[in-house]
Amino acid sequence: MTSIAKPPVRHPSLRQNSLGLTLRDYEGVMSTLCAGCGHDSVTAALVQAAWELELEPHRAAKMSGIGCSSKTTAYFMKQSHGFNSVHGRMPSVTTGANAANRSLTYIGISGDGDSLSIGIGQMAHAIRRNVNMLYVIENNGVYGLTKGQFSASADVGSTSKRGEANEQAPIDPALLALSIGATFVARSFSGDKKQLVPILKAGLAHRGLALIDVISPCVTFNDHEGSTKSYRYTREHEVEAVHADYAPVHAEITLPESGDHLRVVQMHDGSSVRLRSTAADYDPTDRASAYAHVRACQARGEIATGLLFVDGGSRDMHDLLKTPPTPLIDLPHERLCPGAAALDALMARYR
Amino acid sequence: MEPTDVSDPRYYHKVVDCQWACPAHTNVPAYIRLIAQERYTESYLLNRESNVFPGVLGRTCDRPCEPACRRGRVDEKPVAICRLKRVAADLRDEIRPFLPKPPDVKNGRRIALVGAGPASLTVANDLLPLGYEVVIYERNREPGGLMRINIPSFRLPAAVLDEECGYIIDMGAEMRYGTPVTSLKALLDEGYDAVFIGSGAPKGKDLDIPGRAAAPAQVHLGIEWLANVHFKHVERIEPRVIIIGVGNTAMDCCRTAKRLGATDVKVIARRGRRHFKASPWELEDAEEELVEIIENHAPKRMLVENGTLVGMEFEVLDWTEDPSGRASSRVVRTVTIPCDAVILAIGQDNAFPWIERDIGVDFDAQGMPVVDRITHQSTHPRVFFGGDAAWGPQNIIWAVAHGHQAAISIDLLCNGRPVAERPPEGMTLVSVKNGLHSWAYDNDYDPSARQVMRHEELARRFRDLNVEVELGFSAEQVASEVSRCLNCDIQTHFAPPKCIECDACIDVCPTNCLTITTNHSPETDLRQRLSAPALNLTQEIYLSEPLPQTKRVMVKDEDVCLHCGLCAERCPTAAWDMRLFDLIQPVAGAACDREELVRA
Ligand SMILES: Cc1cc2nc3c(=O)[nH]c(=O)nc-3n(C[C@H](O)[C@H](O)[C@H](O)COP(=O)(O)OP(=O)(O)OC[C@H]3O[C@@H](n4cnc5c(N)ncnc54)[C@H](O)[C@@H]3O)c2cc1C
Ligand SMILES: Cc1ncc(C[n+]2csc(CCOP(=O)(O)OP(=O)(O)O)c2C)c(N)n1
Ligand code: SF4
Ligand code: SF4
Ligand code: SF4
Ligand SMILES: [Mg+2]
Repeated sequence: MTSIAKPPVRHPSLRQNSLGLTLRDYEGVMSTLCAGCGHDSVTAALVQAAWELELEPHRAAKMSGIGCSSKTTAYFMKQSHGFNSVHGRMPSVTTGANAANRSLTYIGISGDGDSLSIGIGQMAHAIRRNVNMLYVIENNGVYGLTKGQFSASADVGSTSKRGEANEQAPIDPALLALSIGATFVARSFSGDKKQLVPILKAGLAHRGLALIDVISPCVTFNDHEGSTKSYRYTREHEVEAVHADYAPVHAEITLPESGDHLRVVQMHDGSSVRLRSTAADYDPTDRASAYAHVRACQARGEIATGLLFVDGGSRDMHDLLKTPPTPLIDLPHERLCPGAAALDALMARYR
Repeated sequence: MEPTDVSDPRYYHKVVDCQWACPAHTNVPAYIRLIAQERYTESYLLNRESNVFPGVLGRTCDRPCEPACRRGRVDEKPVAICRLKRVAADLRDEIRPFLPKPPDVKNGRRIALVGAGPASLTVANDLLPLGYEVVIYERNREPGGLMRINIPSFRLPAAVLDEECGYIIDMGAEMRYGTPVTSLKALLDEGYDAVFIGSGAPKGKDLDIPGRAAAPAQVHLGIEWLANVHFKHVERIEPRVIIIGVGNTAMDCCRTAKRLGATDVKVIARRGRRHFKASPWELEDAEEELVEIIENHAPKRMLVENGTLVGMEFEVLDWTEDPSGRASSRVVRTVTIPCDAVILAIGQDNAFPWIERDIGVDFDAQGMPVVDRITHQSTHPRVFFGGDAAWGPQNIIWAVAHGHQAAISIDLLCNGRPVAERPPEGMTLVSVKNGLHSWAYDNDYDPSARQVMRHEELARRFRDLNVEVELGFSAEQVASEVSRCLNCDIQTHFAPPKCIECDACIDVCPTNCLTITTNHSPETDLRQRLSAPALNLTQEIYLSEPLPQTKRVMVKDEDVCLHCGLCAERCPTAAWDMRLFDLIQPVAGAACDREELVRA
């Protein structure tokens, strides 16, 4: 919360992108989240990524469920479409929207409560369908909006603000996604925009569902000593497994620094992602390698971050369903609906 | 880059662009807030502390503060700082009860001041309350110097000047009007403890061209002519008048001529408009009064027929600039402009015929006294210079600033202390936090445009020389203009140990002032690496001590900070706070009593 609206004044050296928009044109309304909430930094990273990618705000749809995290969609790209669904239903509503209009860029924002408790089934099937969308989980280990109860991502032994420890095993959204066929899996930290912004850009360019688990501390209920999702704990335990650089379509490809294990992944739209993994045996284009690495980090008490796995050739829901390239909403009614005669003929075949 | 030392008052002082630019360091944002709260008397008194003549300056100041104003970098135009000063002056109540009272028992020191212009009057203003006996020698019969005899009354009504000179003189200055000092030696021999010379730059520059001497009655020196108008020695001028020069004096001459019967007034300049010395608003005001301004004309000769001036010949110049910016001109053709009178307004010179050259006051090759820039002391330990007399013509606010510094020096001298030992500046820094998201100032940004001054209609202006042109701001205009001030004295104060590096302040800042980054390169490189490159090199970069979690640093580009307080509102740990900065300026007397007034 703040007492005033953000003044409409900008720094004289603020640049415009090719659409003639400055960073500030990608902002939304003033945030009503707590001062210092990690979610606001994710918002700022989204603003930065969208501006750099030169997304047309009116061609994007912001989708969310319920939670402090789900309020994020109000705070960026105020000229975009949006749908604030019931708790946990963001993936399903996005699936429907995408089915009807595949030409928009879908930006789904959820929380660990919204996605890993009530919405886990919705999320899992959106991943399996590979709905073409960005799927950001702002993960703080608690239900922030309802005052800090443990969520399903809370680590065993992590304590609540009052001091009691969580005893149930956590769900790691990255591991879950890898195990059910996700084609783009990343983890990042709200306090590290250098890492987060390129991942968001790569995720937006990815065809299919790009799941990004962003550790996003809840300053009010889960930033104390004993928390494993605080600013300090995350900084001390984060290990960047793979660093991603996003290169737009016409970017000049510069030679990688030596000593790194570099892989270039082509995206559908002609852009590319350059991945530098820190361990020699880690191949972020290989699912088994990624899974093993995240597990190994977990066992060491480390938080593996970076673009953990990407399948550049992935086929999204529309590819799998063999829908026409034209968005369904643009098809004439006659083509969408075969009509009573055709249906009768079809039925007759089964009689 | 080294971490910034914000305990040095200069850092935060510099952030208050207007106050920094004002030679007398007037506390502009504080007086504007007082006006906003309709506390005009307090606002006036706050002004008076530093600039001594708020009513005069609210109408005539050269306003170096306005080009410096941060609002001018954020919005199109700066805050109308100067005209708001006039609001405080116009709407104040009786202020005499709040003026310092000179002690009944004097301190036994006698000081002579030469001239009763703003420089001398400021010295008197500062020394009288300390118990000094002050004697002011003035050639004329009234106080004020050029403010009285040269600045026309349509810009500065006599009553305003009388009142503000009166506040000082009535503290007990002994006025010797009609008494030109004709010998400094004689004055020093009278046993004064110190002499301050504030005699101005009283000589108008002449122009040496053919025909200049042929019709002397029709050719005037600008400042002399204006003085003659003031003394009513001149009450009319011929219909067609040419003014040579395009500085402030030229502007007053052309507008005065318009009021004394001239119908066709042309101001002629050697160079193009962007080189004019007159302030833009003075040019606008002259043009509003249908004065014609002609560029790129160099005077060649005066045309005199049978002892009567009939016109002037000019060379029309074509100026070119080489890449280094050096200008050169080429004569395109010669033109004749008919006229009945010429006023030369091409500058002023100093003249000190009354100062003997063998009494220890050294002069340089240009005939100017050798004066220390800080102490105002000449090579004679008891003789000080200030105002236009010190380094040539400047303006009122500089004269005032000089007066304050000279008063400090005289006070040090009389207390047997080295004049070069200047008392330090101090500051107070107080949080303005009232509660969660509530501040003791209005932090919301008002996008209103600058208010335009209302003017008297032309016909009435020309009817009477004394009709004041500017009408002042209406109540609505005041309300709007005060809210344009960005409160730059309410500083963003940072406490590095509290920062958890959540980025909230950086994300919320509307003008991308803040960055958390590594401190590994020189400032030039750092400036490029910020959220928005800090290209305005005249503005400081704040750099914090290393932050607790990552050892990176917080960097702030002061350039276009709106002082909106959003960074402090969004900071979960109150690492950022908004704090009211108040500069404590040294004044005469403080040096000797308030030794300890140093860093806050
Ligand atoms: C036409 C004109 C317009 C101006 N307009 C502005 C303006 O709008 N704003 C602005 O800020 N500035 C303006 N100025 C400049 C400003 O007036 C001067 O810079 C300022 O008055 C200088 O103050 P001072 O105290 O040094 O000297 P002055 O104001 O020049 O006062 C010197 C005094 O000393 C007296 N004196 C001189 N010699 C002796 C002597 N031997 N014995 C006794 N008395 C003596 C003089 O009579 C005079 O009264 C203007 C100047 C001119 C010429
Ligand atoms: C159907 C339903 N059940 C429960 C709730 C109560 N509720 C609101 S937000 C929330 C959890 C939010 O947690 P998360 O998604 O992690 O968001 P955060 O606030 O932590 O960002 C719950 C359980 C609800 N709004 N709707
Ligand atoms: S309660 Fe926690 S998650 Fe919600 S806004 Fe506050 S800090 Fe953010
Ligand atoms: S006060 Fe803070 S938020 Fe506002 S412009 Fe200045 S640095 Fe930015
Ligand atoms: S909001 Fe406060 S705690 Fe967060 S980064 Fe800024 S100064 Fe540090
Ligand atoms: Mg949560």
